[in-house]
Amino acid sequence: MQVNGEFKPKIVAFCCNWCSYAGADLAGNNRLNYPAEVKIIRIPCSCRLNPMFILRAFQRGADGVILCGCHPGDCHYTTGNYYARRRMTLLFSMLDYLGIERERTRVEWVSAAEGAKFAATMNDFVQTVTKLGENRRLEDLRCKK
Amino acid sequence: MQEVKQKAIELLQSGKVQRVLGWKTGEFFYDLTPAVFETVEEIKKDFVFSPFCGANLSKYLIAESRKEGKIAAFLKPCDSYSFVQLLKEHRIVRENVHVVGVQCNGMCDIEAIKAQGVKGVTAVRQEGETLVCETLYGEKSVPYAAALSERCKTCKSKKIVLFDELLGENGEDDPDCGRFDLVSKLEAMTAEERFAFWQQELSRCIRCNACRNVCPACSCEKCVFDNDTLGTANKAAANSFEEQNFHIIRAFHVAGRCTDCGECSRVCPQHIPLHLLNRKFIKDTNELYGEYQAGADLETRPPLVDFTQDDCEPSVVYTRGGNGK
Amino acid sequence: MMHRIGVFVCWCGSNIAATVDVKRVAEELGKQPGVVFATDYQYMCSQSGQELIQSAIKEHALTGVVICSCSPQMHETTFRRTVSKAGLNPYMLEIANIREQCSWIHKDKETGTEKAIVLGRAAIAKVQLNAPLKAGETPVTKRALVIGGGIAGIQTALDIAEAGYPVDIVESQPTIGGKMAQLDKTFPTLDCAACILTPRMVDANQQENITIYAYSEVEAVTGFVGNFHAKIRRKARYVDETKCTGCGLCTEKCPQKNVPNEFNLGMDHRRAVYIPFAQAVPKIATIDANYCKMLQEGKCGVCSKICAAGAIDYKQQDTFVEQDYGAIVVATGFRPISMEKFDEYAYSQSPDVVTSLEFERLMNAAGPTSGTLLRPSDGTHPKTLVFVQCVGSRCSDDGRGKPYCSKICCMYTAKHAMLCREKYPDTDVYVFYIDVRAPGKNFDEFYRRAAEEYGVHYIKGQVGKIVPEDGKLKVQASDLLANEQLHIDADMVILAAAIEPNPTARSLATMLTTPMDTNDFFTEAHPKLRPVESATAGIFLSGTCQGPKDIPETVSQASACAAKVMGLLHKDRLVGNPCIAQPDELMCNGCSSCEKVCPYGAITYADKEFRTFEGMKVRRVAQVNPAVCQGCGACTVACPSGAMDLKGFSNRQIMAEVDAICK
Repeated sequence: MQVNGEFKPKIVAFCCNWCSYAGADLAGNNRLNYPAEVKIIRIPCSCRLNPMFILRAFQRGADGVILCGCHPGDCHYTTGNYYARRRMTLLFSMLDYLGIERERTRVEWVSAAEGAKFAATMNDFVQTVTKLGENRRLEDLRCKK
Repeated sequence: MQEVKQKAIELLQSGKVQRVLGWKTGEFFYDLTPAVFETVEEIKKDFVFSPFCGANLSKYLIAESRKEGKIAAFLKPCDSYSFVQLLKEHRIVRENVHVVGVQCNGMCDIEAIKAQGVKGVTAVRQEGETLVCETLYGEKSVPYAAALSERCKTCKSKKIVLFDELLGENGEDDPDCGRFDLVSKLEAMTAEERFAFWQQELSRCIRCNACRNVCPACSCEKCVFDNDTLGTANKAAANSFEEQNFHIIRAFHVAGRCTDCGECSRVCPQHIPLHLLNRKFIKDTNELYGEYQAGADLETRPPLVDFTQDDCEPSVVYTRGGNGK
Repeated sequence: MMHRIGVFVCWCGSNIAATVDVKRVAEELGKQPGVVFATDYQYMCSQSGQELIQSAIKEHALTGVVICSCSPQMHETTFRRTVSKAGLNPYMLEIANIREQCSWIHKDKETGTEKAIVLGRAAIAKVQLNAPLKAGETPVTKRALVIGGGIAGIQTALDIAEAGYPVDIVESQPTIGGKMAQLDKTFPTLDCAACILTPRMVDANQQENITIYAYSEVEAVTGFVGNFHAKIRRKARYVDETKCTGCGLCTEKCPQKNVPNEFNLGMDHRRAVYIPFAQAVPKIATIDANYCKMLQEGKCGVCSKICAAGAIDYKQQDTFVEQDYGAIVVATGFRPISMEKFDEYAYSQSPDVVTSLEFERLMNAAGPTSGTLLRPSDGTHPKTLVFVQCVGSRCSDDGRGKPYCSKICCMYTAKHAMLCREKYPDTDVYVFYIDVRAPGKNFDEFYRRAAEEYGVHYIKGQVGKIVPEDGKLKVQASDLLANEQLHIDADMVILAAAIEPNPTARSLATMLTTPMDTNDFFTEAHPKLRPVESATAGIFLSGTCQGPKDIPETVSQASACAAKVMGLLHKDRLVGNPCIAQPDELMCNGCSSCEKVCPYGAITYADKEFRTFEGMKVRRVAQVNPAVCQGCGACTVACPSGAMDLKGFSNRQIMAEVDAICK
């Protein structure tokens, strides 16, 4: 999205309810700033994130998608993030294989105590995606010029 | 080849089975289609086993094994992996199927024969290392290896993993078949080159769904792409994005379940090398989570419903060797 | 049908209103499809704020509510109650977090307002797809099963029983008591283990709410929290429990004398018919079928002839008990690891190299040497004793030892060394350690007493090799602090073997669908906040089955575990979480992918008949047990056909949020 000639990326952040969503709340409590381009969607666990949701976000105009969950070993449901970790690894690898910029997708483990990490992660991710510019490739993949 | 047909007749005559699943000739001699035979006459008339029996029969057993009576199915090594995978997923009623394992020398591709300069082919027969082609212009020979379809050139296994009886010798799997060579080649490219490659390939997709309909792993009662209540339906591509969505999700849904039978690429009318998507997942899971062959057995947990505490992080994608910048 | 949605934008005083134009947010969201009412208010969570919501629900016949306020972690429960009191289903509410995620982090009012509108839009899109949810209720069977009758199991059972609930203890050995019964003294107080344990065993036996199934095993468990069903195998003792008086006459007269006595770790012998030790509970004889001549060859029958009670029954068979339980406690304990792979310590070459648990028996008055410390090889008094710490603990070698600290070895070695020096002042006692870990009440004082007052030689260093030679054990070791090699001619060497979970724990975990770590210790539901519950609802963890522990820690955990069980059994009905997985049977392939990723074993399969174009067809479809499912959603992604969905976080709801945000 272009705002006053400046590119503002659309970022969707999926956060697990127990760790990362609380981590985001803590960032808010501590008034730690991160760009407004980041919009959070609450899911019960990182393992709830279906790859279809990520592709859907890109399809509808997102420029970057990040998943945040409990650190491995700390999952509220004991094993959810382990499955999420494998799924996302494979999905990201596939996107990379198709030539989609791999920096548009990320997974970060953020605990409920890591408000600062949450804000720092989002700042960094937005910066990375801003550099990449608008997400065109998934769209363009089909349209041979 | 006659032996297979004879076995089909024998099984039906003995009353051991009530139906036989095999192949019959289509419009052209190389255009064989899967078929269910109920009488000896039908078999005598139409049953064919030739170097063009590429079609994987296992998927048809999902419906056929639920019907009354017992059915005999001729399964090549590739088909047997799919069969076991479907058994593992409780999709086939095992006791209603009599599996006859048939060894396979690799299946031929008419395009490959044409590429050898042989035109007007009307029939073929294998003689040792040679494929003898009867053509409108007399008999011509091509090396059998040159007539093989792309997927059979890198055959992963000649092992029939499960059978009730076996025609011919059982074979072994071949870990050095080189089936991932093309994937590696793509991985070594830059992101721009890969993008250009896939743009070239996927641009041709006409969303005919043949890849999905033939795939033994894509055997859902209802596909997510046909599902209106889920909000994920996209039958025709509404926009350019949805092709990718379809192929990525399709590959993801069969990851850990795809036996790499290569049917998707065989049936694609646009000749898109779709198996390279599935093989990417297979190669990744092998490298990251340990060797796994879907359909090799009934017990091993597929990689996507398994984990270890020390699995690599998704960030491995940013730094992993092989993936060129 | 579109919902009639009301939007309520909270100022949170100035917390939100300072950086978000709440009026504009309400105005913009009011224009969204389906929104029939939108307003803002100073404090939505206040009494008057809640009344505002309630009257709006009634006045505008709202069927869905979006509140733009603080994090749902703060007030979701509050507002659910609010809308519920106004007659709306509590799950027809969504919260847009415009404080923590918006007003508090964005200083520019324009930015904050824009973002708040997007977040509100996403919540509206979601609530459009919300459906009323109702939590399921299940009854609770007010009875507990405790698996394992060591000190952990006994303590948990006693606590639960004293609160008035019936408890069954299942113990695989002929007597309860576990490893503690084999110990001599306990650190750091030097109480006699038997003196403090056996009264507890007697209590358990006499407590009328407790049933002890000794010499029994849990064969199968089905069901879920509040409603378990267990099948218990009562192994044949060949002795009628109702008749045996425990007089012990048979155990003296049995001619089969050379059976290794497992209670003394094989260091002496018992008869084929035996009572493990004098204070065994239940005190009933057991015939060891592997050694009994009558059972093996059909000849003998001495015990039967001598038993005045007529309790011997050579024809006895295994029997089964089936029982319903509301809660299950795992208290399967530990054992020392095998010393087979530690050849350098000559354990298998010399009987004078013993494990610490064997040493306990050698020091115990009821042990094979009646408490006099004698060398197992020649029965002489040992003069020089070498203790080796961390044998197999903190060991990174693959397959040889364990990566973790066994936690108890430092203290019991200090105890052994101290007792040795106290009873036999003429002995020289060496302890080789990596470092001494003594972080418990009076632990460090205890260890220092051993080193300082009792003159035990503590040497930081490792023993490299032990060679039995001329009746001595040649110990080669390094002293890391002095940086020199030591050669000690020892009479006895005591190895502090690492402890590992009971080998039956793995199969039990599978039976209970309870997660374990890579070392086969049961995993607690939360390492800090839920240490005595397993991740599977209704399964609780007591003692060392969860991780290495000493006795006081085990007992505290056992009592904590009992408290949790009582909390569960006290309830008449359990109210579940309504946001759980739900399969669409018409789409389900029955492929078992979902079941494999479910951490709770909530998914089972049933063959059901479906109408198809070709008549009725039977298909295997997934079933979710609402009492067990915790709503993580792992199954929804494992499902290739999308048949499995999660209520409250459905595929459509999440995609609607995605769409609203990316619009």
